[in-house]
Amino acid sequence: MPDTERSLPERADSTITMQVARYRPDADSAPTMQEYVVPMREEWAVLDGLNYIKDWLDGTLSFRWSCRMGICGSCGMTVNGDPALTCGTFLTDYAPGPVRVEPLANFPVIRDLVVDIDDFLRKLPAVQPWLVRDDEQGVDGVEFLQTPAEMDEYKQYSMCINCMLCYAACPVYGLEPDFLGPAAIALAQRYNLDSRDQGAHRRMDVLATAEGVWACTYVGECTTACPKGVDPAGAIQRYKLTAATRTLRSLLLPRGSR
Amino acid sequence: MSELANASPNRREVSTPGERASGPARPRTYRPRISRLWWVHRRSYLLFALRELSSLFVAWFVVYLLLLVAAVHGGSGSYHAFLEWGSSPWLLVVNVVALAFVVLHAITWFNLAPQAMVIRLRGRRVPSRMVAAGHFAAWVVVSAVVAWIVLGAGP
Repeated sequence: MPDTERSLPERADSTITMQVARYRPDADSAPTMQEYVVPMREEWAVLDGLNYIKDWLDGTLSFRWSCRMGICGSCGMTVNGDPALTCGTFLTDYAPGPVRVEPLANFPVIRDLVVDIDDFLRKLPAVQPWLVRDDEQGVDGVEFLQTPAEMDEYKQYSMCINCMLCYAACPVYGLEPDFLGPAAIALAQRYNLDSRDQGAHRRMDVLATAEGVWACTYVGECTTACPKGVDPAGAIQRYKLTAATRTLRSLLLPRGSR
Repeated sequence: MSELANASPNRREVSTPGERASGPARPRTYRPRISRLWWVHRRSYLLFALRELSSLFVAWFVVYLLLLVAAVHGGSGSYHAFLEWGSSPWLLVVNVVALAFVVLHAITWFNLAPQAMVIRLRGRRVPSRMVAAGHFAAWVVVSAVVAWIVLGAGP
């Protein structure tokens, strides 16, 4: 409810209607849509609209956010049907409205716009997203040098912020929850292609499986949704070629020359 | 479930087995169901479904080709019967639709190629457009050779 004691921020000339998905697990069996009218300012992102609702209209609305600058990956939601970071999606682009804000697709909804991403957090360590060394050298006194060209090999994949937009965009993940998923595979490739890493053969047991890259049917929407230009679809197709070549070699070539 | 019950033997609230199964510690989450027609709601999903469907038409052309080979093997009588069958209007329609799907299949396949292939020339990565262009060029050349054999080199 609006607090009449406090004064509202300066009145905006124009407003926009936001339709926000509400789900209260103790009361609702399914989400319902609730409408709020918020000021529309040129510099306001959808997240600013949500914060306005939270601060001035309805304090019970739940959603995740943190950095407001596309780095933390917390504020991913479905805006007018598309997965998006709400901090980088502007209200004016949806004028005259309404703007529909729903939780990310393909994830269980905990409350309102908050989803449960535990499934991803369980899958991610399976691809060992860290530098794996066979020689097991300690970090002390060891320096791994890398040229800019070697860094360029994986840099794109290292931009992932785990915002889960790619999982929300992927119909395969929605239909087959066992699928390792776009971000986890892209992050595996981030280390596979790192000149300092020696763990590619270990990750292969997880990646080259029916739940790994072979579950992907290349819809390509993960790459469209990615706010950081990671191109998970490309990472997956590239690994399919790697895995297939590896299998073909092991079948055709004698053991020594693989 | 039983572990949770054991962990708090002094719990006072009475809960039905169904409620306990969902776990008293965590409120139940809402799991949206995916409709059977999920692929019609979005253009890119529809294109994807059509691309997957195209494999059926690729298979049809393989069957058609095998039938042609069998007819040729059976002598001039069965060959002419096959040509007669092949020029019937309904089969023409089927084959034109199949051709459209096979072209879609080929174009999407060649557009995928640069995503999967990283090619280096003199230490530099070949731009993905060039990789795709190479595939399309090879496709045109092979098609031209096949067309020349089928159409040009007749008796």
